[in-house]
Amino acid sequence: MAVLVFTESWDGKFKKSSFELVSYAKAMADSIGSKTIAISIASVSQDELNKLGIYGADKIISLSDEAFKTLDNQVYTKLIAELADRENANILVLAHNNTGKALAPRLSVRLKAGLVSAAVELPSSYDPFRVYKKVFSGKGFVHQVVKTQKKILTLSSNSFELIESNTTPEIEEYSPEMSAVEIKTTVVDIQKQTGKLILTDADIVVSGGRGMKSPDNWGVIEELAELLGAATACSRPVSDEGWRPHSEHTGQTGKIIAPNLYIAAGISGAIQHLAGVSSSKCIVAINTDKDAPIFEDADYGIIGDAAKVLPELINAVKEMKA
Amino acid sequence: MKIFVCLANVPDTTTKIKFTDQKFDETGVQWVINPWDELALTRAMELKEDTESPVKEVTVVTVGTLGSEPTIRKALAIGADNAVRIDAEPEDSYSVAWLLSEYLKNYEGDHLVLTGIESSDYNGFAVGGMLSEFLNVPSVSGVSALDIEGDHAKVSREIDGGLEQVVIKTPFVAIVQKGIAKEPRIPAMRGIMMARKKPLEVVSPGSFDNITEMLDFELPKAKPQCKMIDPENAKDLIGLLQNEAKVL
Repeated sequence: MAVLVFTESWDGKFKKSSFELVSYAKAMADSIGSKTIAISIASVSQDELNKLGIYGADKIISLSDEAFKTLDNQVYTKLIAELADRENANILVLAHNNTGKALAPRLSVRLKAGLVSAAVELPSSYDPFRVYKKVFSGKGFVHQVVKTQKKILTLSSNSFELIESNTTPEIEEYSPEMSAVEIKTTVVDIQKQTGKLILTDADIVVSGGRGMKSPDNWGVIEELAELLGAATACSRPVSDEGWRPHSEHTGQTGKIIAPNLYIAAGISGAIQHLAGVSSSKCIVAINTDKDAPIFEDADYGIIGDAAKVLPELINAVKEMKA
Repeated sequence: MKIFVCLANVPDTTTKIKFTDQKFDETGVQWVINPWDELALTRAMELKEDTESPVKEVTVVTVGTLGSEPTIRKALAIGADNAVRIDAEPEDSYSVAWLLSEYLKNYEGDHLVLTGIESSDYNGFAVGGMLSEFLNVPSVSGVSALDIEGDHAKVSREIDGGLEQVVIKTPFVAIVQKGIAKEPRIPAMRGIMMARKKPLEVVSPGSFDNITEMLDFELPKAKPQCKMIDPENAKDLIGLLQNEAKVL
């Protein structure tokens, strides 16, 4: 038996979500008395691989062959499924990010393992296997029961804390039997977001809505975000108008995020917007309309023009830092 | 080339969700095309209308009982040429994907399958990926742009921390998200009239099993009341975030 974790790295470094995943898998492995095994498909140094041990990986299977660098959903599914069979894994965990969303459903079919998407906590029971999760984009909760012997979960980012258990992992350099010729996906171009925090990874998010009135007023959002080490986001009308890129749109049809702090400036809080941000641990709303629905979901509120309130907050943060 | 767009029939996203006996209460619910699927259909229509693209036909496929037909008719009114309804109550992502694959696996012509990345009701993020594995074809997920040239598709997909342009041969399953089309199309009166006469094939499914189950629905816990801060002393907020909420 084993809990298998699919980890991801970026420029040779593991993402924080991978450490969260390993911590989460380790907690499950402890509950069912099994080992925690991490898979890494990327070129990563031994030192970096060992970091997975800090969070409890007993073993790391590393596939560093550059030929498998491109994410091909079908090929990655075969590779992970082969390892899941070899290691006799009964639980497989992936991050609920772009890669996890692409691979977990395919693995569910290949391994005939019931899938729980976007888990935010540990299973409430292992037999039967029950996980409490959101449905209707946060407007409801449910207990999802998985009836198959093998299970797959994707874990929402920022929903499980990092827990250090400092194991010394065994590292296996893996050479798959399958050939990279099977890769059908060719990447012809890539635009990396450089120097900017990834929205779904950020602990703090500063977000603007139509109440900001014009894209020219985004300077204060960006300044506050930079001071707080936050990512920037926006509401749907703002991205639809082209004031900000679609990648910043948070809400039901955009990004679903769960930062520690979400600052909504000039966002009224339509139900679809709240669906994307309601898991934030603390929500601050700044809006001129005292009846705006965002105040029902917010922890702190200021009734006022965001364009005037934000500069004051910027000054206050500068004072705090001084 | 033919594009199959898989549609889920979901409660309107503005629906106030109610549970009765810990089950979803459908009373008074308006049903709509799942928002991501609606964007997929919109892009499929754009490709069909583009004289330089090889796309000549758009078919929508839904797993659902008779009650899902108004939603399917809306897709026909938007412009799909024909529709297929697989006559079953959708139980879980796995069985829905299997039912879709049982229908789609028989199609031998040049084609492409589009699905939305998630459904707004059970948020499973699963049907498209599962379908591609059942069909044993490649898939590209997180797709925010799609063009077709001959037997190749050019696709933009979101990765964590950027965007990749990918080239892939058809057939495959494109799992689409926001950005794939600017705005979902609204049916025009002429489209609504024509939709009534367009073919809607009903297929009886084989027997199938669900492998997951949703039990004991409940509403989110009520949030404590929002603490209001005087706009004249907006900077007090920073102290509260630091000392009370402990998030700074």
